[in-house]
Amino acid sequence: MPEGKYLAGEFFMSGDEACAEGAISAGCRFFAGYPITPATEIAERMSQRLPEVGGIHIQMEDELASLAAVLGASWGGVKAMTATSGPGFSLMMENIGLGLMTETPCVVVNMQRGDPSTGLPTLTGQGDMMQARWGSHGSYRIIALAPNSPQELYDLTIRAFNLSEKYRLPVLIMSESATAHMYEKVVIPPVSEIEITPRRKPTASPEEYLPYKPDSDLVPPMANAGDGYRFHTTGLTHDERGYPAMSAEAQDKLAEAQDKLIRRLVEKIEKNRDKIIELDEDGIDDAEVVVCAYGIPSRVSSRAVERAREEGIKVGMLRLITVWPFPEDRIRQIAGQVKAFVMPEINYGQVVLEVERCAGGMTKTIPVPHMGGGVHTPELILDAIRQAVR
Amino acid sequence: MSKGDTKAKHYRVNVIAERCKGCGFCIEFCPKHILHEFTKINSRGYHQAYIENDDKCTGCDICSMVCPDFAIYVVSTEEKPEEEAG
Amino acid sequence: MSKATGDSEKHPLDAYLRTERLPHIWCPGCGCGLVLNCFIRSLLKSGLNLDKVAVVSGIGCTGRVAGYIRLDSFHTTHGRAIPFATGLKLANPELKVVVFSGDGDLLAIGGNHFIHAARRNIDITVLCVNNFIYGMTGGQLGPTTPLTARSTTTRMGSIEEPFNIPYLAAASGATYVARWTTAQVRRLEKAITEALLKKGFSLVEVISPCPTYYGRMNKQASGLDTMKYYRSNSVIKPDIDLKYADIKLNGQIVVGKFVDIERPPIPNL
Repeated sequence: MPEGKYLAGEFFMSGDEACAEGAISAGCRFFAGYPITPATEIAERMSQRLPEVGGIHIQMEDELASLAAVLGASWGGVKAMTATSGPGFSLMMENIGLGLMTETPCVVVNMQRGDPSTGLPTLTGQGDMMQARWGSHGSYRIIALAPNSPQELYDLTIRAFNLSEKYRLPVLIMSESATAHMYEKVVIPPVSEIEITPRRKPTASPEEYLPYKPDSDLVPPMANAGDGYRFHTTGLTHDERGYPAMSAEAQDKLAEAQDKLIRRLVEKIEKNRDKIIELDEDGIDDAEVVVCAYGIPSRVSSRAVERAREEGIKVGMLRLITVWPFPEDRIRQIAGQVKAFVMPEINYGQVVLEVERCAGGMTKTIPVPHMGGGVHTPELILDAIRQAVR
Repeated sequence: MSKGDTKAKHYRVNVIAERCKGCGFCIEFCPKHILHEFTKINSRGYHQAYIENDDKCTGCDICSMVCPDFAIYVVSTEEKPEEEAG
Repeated sequence: MSKATGDSEKHPLDAYLRTERLPHIWCPGCGCGLVLNCFIRSLLKSGLNLDKVAVVSGIGCTGRVAGYIRLDSFHTTHGRAIPFATGLKLANPELKVVVFSGDGDLLAIGGNHFIHAARRNIDITVLCVNNFIYGMTGGQLGPTTPLTARSTTTRMGSIEEPFNIPYLAAASGATYVARWTTAQVRRLEKAITEALLKKGFSLVEVISPCPTYYGRMNKQASGLDTMKYYRSNSVIKPDIDLKYADIKLNGQIVVGKFVDIERPPIPNL
């Protein structure tokens, strides 16, 4: 691909635009989407940029079709992405399940807005965080990243593609309207400096290849359609051949296949947590209170933390760059050292429930909910910090 | 016709008994009506199709095409040139 | 036909099937296996490179076909085979992508995707096996169930007019539309071969028996009864005004190749 088709340098971009560029830098060459505020600009930019790099953009008839097309494109051997907001995210849930079950690499971006339902389409929110974790039916693990700036939208979209190829699953970018429409400096390195995880292709011959036989890291190599492997893949519970695990024999056999497959889908994330989880920590060592935040409230929190420190309060900051899998161990560690966690979220309290669960009663957890539409003020968070040390 | 240059095509109808579900399509659609339902059942409990004498088979392959179960197929064999009847 | 091999446990088409999974789950007298049989023959006649053929199915009895054919095959979510196939084809235009699914999957939950793919003229082949019912879930009404027909959710007879699939497909922009029943295997095979080789949204609707549910509830006790009904009641009328191609309960079935036009497909290669 000619270097000139990739951007490189410093740009003044919105979060949506940066996300699109991140995808292109990561090698994404297929985007299927449906217009929805505030993610529409991602589709618009992809519709212009993808043809420039030999890729394809298609506007589908709805979000169900969008994610279905993304999954199909991934099996066609192309890195693929879609972008939406709350209402479209809900529509995508079934196909996220299909992506998880068939272990299809792809990226799904959710620029959250005021919800539930149609909510506040043009204003910000963080109300889909639990849905990101549990939204599709069944037992599974998922990866969700929470950028807090256009620069991070660029960087983390690349990371999302890499994680999706490495662990073979849909990876979510959970951002917000405020970040989507914010314009800031974005530094885009030359494409040769960007680390891309390639798809792991099978080395076995077509006769020997078992589509769902994992390597030692619990992830199977992936053949694409047209590679000559003539494989089968299904959303039904399946065995290593990819065949539905149903038999005329005992229910035991079926239960065993289900258990084995689901366990592996869960373990491939659980066992690799350390490589997936990314945190940004500041001043936690001697902290009395830790503000835990992700996304746009983390930026407001930085200001609140600054002011609290000026008042002499020993406060630390834990920013979740990866929200799912949740950093349970780190929370437990910190819980033993501090008086309280303070967690601002633009929802009625979602990820804070995880913090509370992991803190296990060792410390207080103080949610700072803000119902959406706007962003917390530093005062709101500062008040909670002061309350925590009282 | 002179001796030695006639080859009679002969068709053999094969039924894979264990796949047959006794649907009756092949029996019904055979234009020569040479397929029948077997009196005994196969291990899955179906009366499979069978053919007693495939001399009349023309090799049209309809039985094979209408079978939903890949349980019947026709192969052709070439016999040695036949002697002209005196 | 092949030369005599003396081996009567191996069917000539076994190389194209996942034989370790046979016998398949379809009922005695179900048409799904027949359509699969026909499809394989059509594929072989088409001369296509089988490594580049991908089959995408949805949920339902017909949807199970993906699990039996020995090609790259995808058993996806209910109604979403067509958009999945769209993504697959756009990502790798070298592939011949075939959507093989049922009337409920393609026209009810998948209805929106059906009309949009036809409108776009996406270069895929769609085999819609129409048995007028939701078989897998036990015999409920479908979008093609004829007026007054019985189903488990319309025990007193359906009060809804069904879709007329060829009419809908043609109106949406499909460039190849044909309908045959499972009783016309030779013509069905030819139609599928043509549809495979045609560029653009190519639809073959196959009217097919469901003896266990639709047939049993609507006076066609066995698959054989249904096949006989098809044989006696099919009328070949390729030039018919498609608004008259609707199917009434146990009525005449208009079959033929209805649409075969040229329109730039997506992708246009």
